[in-house]
Amino acid sequence: MRDRYMELFILGCSLPVVMGIGAFAIGRTRIARWLATLGVWLGCSVASVPVIAVLSGQAVEPLEMAWTMPGGSLSLGLDGLSAFFCLPVLLVSPLAALYGCAYLAGEKKPLGSVLLFYNVLTASMLLLMASRNALLFLIVWELMAVSSFFLVVFDDEHAHVREAGWTYLIATHIGTAALLALFALLGKQANSLDFGRMIGTGLSPVMASVVFALAVTGFGSKAGFIPLHVWLPEAHPAAPSHVSAMMSGVMIKTGIYGLLRVLTFLGSPSVTWGWTLVIIGVLSGILGVAFALAQHDLKRLLAYHSVENIGIIALGIGAGVLGLAWNQPALVVLGFGGGILHVLNHAVFKSLLFLGAGAVVHSTGTRDIDHLGGLFKSMRWTGVTFLVASAAISGLPPFNGFISEFMIYVGAFSGVQAGSPGTVILAIGATGGLALIGGLAAACFAKAFGVVFLGEPRSDHAVSAHEVHAMMRWPMAILAITCLAIGLLAPQMVNLVIPAVQVMAGGPAASLTEPATTATHSLTAVVYASASLLLLMVVLYLVRRHLPRAKEETVTGTWDCGYARPTSRMQYTASSFAQPLTDLLRIFLGTRKHGAAPQGFFPQPTAFETDTPDAAQERLFAPLFRLVDRALSPIRRMQHGRIHEYLLYIAIVLVLLLLWKAGGHQ
Amino acid sequence: MKVMHWALPLAAWVLSPLMLGIINRVKAFFAGRRGPSVWQLYFDLFKLLQKGSVYSRSTSIVIRVAPSAGLACMAICATILPWGEVRAPVTFTGDIVLLAYLLGLARFATVLAALDTGSSFEGMGASREVQFAALAEPSFFLGMLVLVLHFGFSGLSSMVSGISLETWQTSGVLLVLVACSWFVLLLTENSRIPIDDPNTHLELTMIHEVMVLDYSGPDFAYILYAASLKMWIFGALVVNLVVPMHSLLPWLQAPAFLLGMVLVMVLVGIVESILARLRLQQVPKILIGSVLLSLIALVVKLMGS
Repeated sequence: MRDRYMELFILGCSLPVVMGIGAFAIGRTRIARWLATLGVWLGCSVASVPVIAVLSGQAVEPLEMAWTMPGGSLSLGLDGLSAFFCLPVLLVSPLAALYGCAYLAGEKKPLGSVLLFYNVLTASMLLLMASRNALLFLIVWELMAVSSFFLVVFDDEHAHVREAGWTYLIATHIGTAALLALFALLGKQANSLDFGRMIGTGLSPVMASVVFALAVTGFGSKAGFIPLHVWLPEAHPAAPSHVSAMMSGVMIKTGIYGLLRVLTFLGSPSVTWGWTLVIIGVLSGILGVAFALAQHDLKRLLAYHSVENIGIIALGIGAGVLGLAWNQPALVVLGFGGGILHVLNHAVFKSLLFLGAGAVVHSTGTRDIDHLGGLFKSMRWTGVTFLVASAAISGLPPFNGFISEFMIYVGAFSGVQAGSPGTVILAIGATGGLALIGGLAAACFAKAFGVVFLGEPRSDHAVSAHEVHAMMRWPMAILAITCLAIGLLAPQMVNLVIPAVQVMAGGPAASLTEPATTATHSLTAVVYASASLLLLMVVLYLVRRHLPRAKEETVTGTWDCGYARPTSRMQYTASSFAQPLTDLLRIFLGTRKHGAAPQGFFPQPTAFETDTPDAAQERLFAPLFRLVDRALSPIRRMQHGRIHEYLLYIAIVLVLLLLWKAGGHQ
Repeated sequence: MKVMHWALPLAAWVLSPLMLGIINRVKAFFAGRRGPSVWQLYFDLFKLLQKGSVYSRSTSIVIRVAPSAGLACMAICATILPWGEVRAPVTFTGDIVLLAYLLGLARFATVLAALDTGSSFEGMGASREVQFAALAEPSFFLGMLVLVLHFGFSGLSSMVSGISLETWQTSGVLLVLVACSWFVLLLTENSRIPIDDPNTHLELTMIHEVMVLDYSGPDFAYILYAASLKMWIFGALVVNLVVPMHSLLPWLQAPAFLLGMVLVMVLVGIVESILARLRLQQVPKILIGSVLLSLIALVVKLMGS
């Protein structure tokens, strides 16, 4: 008698869709919003049963059904890797749905489509993790891409939103094109499109490297590897905030999942792949955070931080791949383990940051950091949770970001062997890179949190800020608690991530036990240190409150060196805060400055402005696309908008296909 | 033995204010003054703890919590530091990462507290602090990598306890390079000349001192005490690197460590007396230079093996 876990999982995937369709039919009312949210909650609760079963070490039987599509069966299954990647979906999407329920409450537009597509996005991400057939995988992949496209263009009355939507649609389809080629190659070799039969097909090293390059391109464009990240800073700010939280926190991780899954097909990895991923990781990490530092738009800043964190994840995975190639179990466990755990951690704090940014936008009506300030007093919940997430994303203890970065650090250090230059170069790149990324990220979040929430309001937008609805506050609070909980349950997180690492390592599990135990020991010590830190903080604070004259507090203006009338406009702005660093990094950033310094004894009013366009988009893709545009312009004559002629094209292609097929059989 | 281990952090907690006293005496000597007592910081802390406090009306809870957070980080860091062959009470594989990130957390708290006041001066200080910290952080890890190459990767205690006279004979150059790099790190992180000037609070070029302009009373006592602990932490890193503890008799190690600490502080005092503060634009060059020192040490090590 087989278990029914996969059927349960399919039920979990279909509930959100069914109830989303119901919500779509009902339309704008409150019932529709609740119905859709309930669908996500029910679906995720049901789907969490098989996921938890897999993560607790139970083997779940895969489901295989015949279908009429060529190249294999309709097969679904969950292993440690899939199950771990389901966790961010299961955690973030119900909370973001609840938040969205309140976020969309004041919306005048019809909500049917946003509710439906949100639910479709959730379901498709879950189904993607369970797909065990390339065709099914690609169909679900497209479903995910298209539903998220419709979510991005929710505010389609604005031209910039439509443009962001197109950028995203093009980027994701360039990725899909690479994936089509990838699965065609793998499928041809395996003579089947089933994932189960793609493993160990004995690809030649050259073909394996081609497949790897296609995977990095195809999945990297979804994940946001530099320079394929161009859609992130466009699409994330354009989408409604709970959708940005889902896309940035969860959806881009499907790219990482795909990359890892394809790596399992390719057999023993080459050193080159590991170095490729490490270099991509360090570059994405440093450039992502550098561009984030230069941004004025809160959500755009967060989008660049996703690039940075994807870089950290790629760095960990690259270290793991190198560990496999060099046969170093410690590097395998800590590299893959740290990278994969960072997927979950980033999902938690990044979605929290986007929800926080959404609350700020909802309350003040602006995303411009330099127009905000002093929100901590009017938005206490949002402020505290945003602070927790800022510390977590900067990798500071006692929060979760530190745990995964700690694992990558320890992996890189313990891989070092005297006399082997490769391990040392990896350690230099990983530790030096992570240290620099961590320092810059802390700078960037000191700027984001400090300028938005601390000091005095810089504009009327910020003065009129108010705390958001409880249904928006609670999801943020739960995510903030999760940040701390993962930080304090670090040894248990290692156990959670080990099944996924085993899938990547492929071989016997025994070699992984020892490094996993060492990691658990270190993390236990880290947890004790974190707990003592928290305790000591509280004790010191209480001592300070009970000193003899602790109650005597004089309240006065900020000391500004004797200047009598300080105003809020004299505060340091986000741009001035980041200026030393952005100046240092200007060769990468290409920040443009507009305006002039005041001149003469009686200066006229003047203005100053900086903006930092995306270098990859401006210098790489814009010229490239212009070139493609010019080269392909003759074909445009075929695209004239007359539908009957389009139908003719389809008919001609079908006939040609038939002839080709018939010819092949003779 | 357990009690013995705790002697190390205890010494740090008790003696760290003395270190700043020594620096000030050295500076006074060079300036031809008598200077304050070496115990001056203890008197200051005692006085400040008994005072009431003044807060700006722009501030929120952040500025009130930040001193406790910063001090807690430094106090925990002090438990990771070894003392020759005596292990630290907290030692595990990767403790150096925790050490670096606890310092980062303390810095994050100070920077946010500075931004909490809404003052443009403190904003400037905060901005510079995060810039220099981001540049200084890699040199700590790269220097550590040299130690890892020598002694394998484990806790800080096991790594530094391996440094002996023999290590100095075989790879003294590397240790000197790393020590130089870490000494620059010490000057940067503790806001000493030539990076920053701890004495003049109100000049536009200040970094650390300007961030704590709005503190008073017990909060300021916490800040000062945390700063002295931070000085101890970096001093101890340099001393552990330079003094070949492994070759000393066990009972000599503690006095040698303390003597080393005093000498490092005297060196800081001398540097402060004979150098002028650098222009801010020059500071990144110094920091990147210190990262390069560690990198050179690594390259030398790799070439040699």
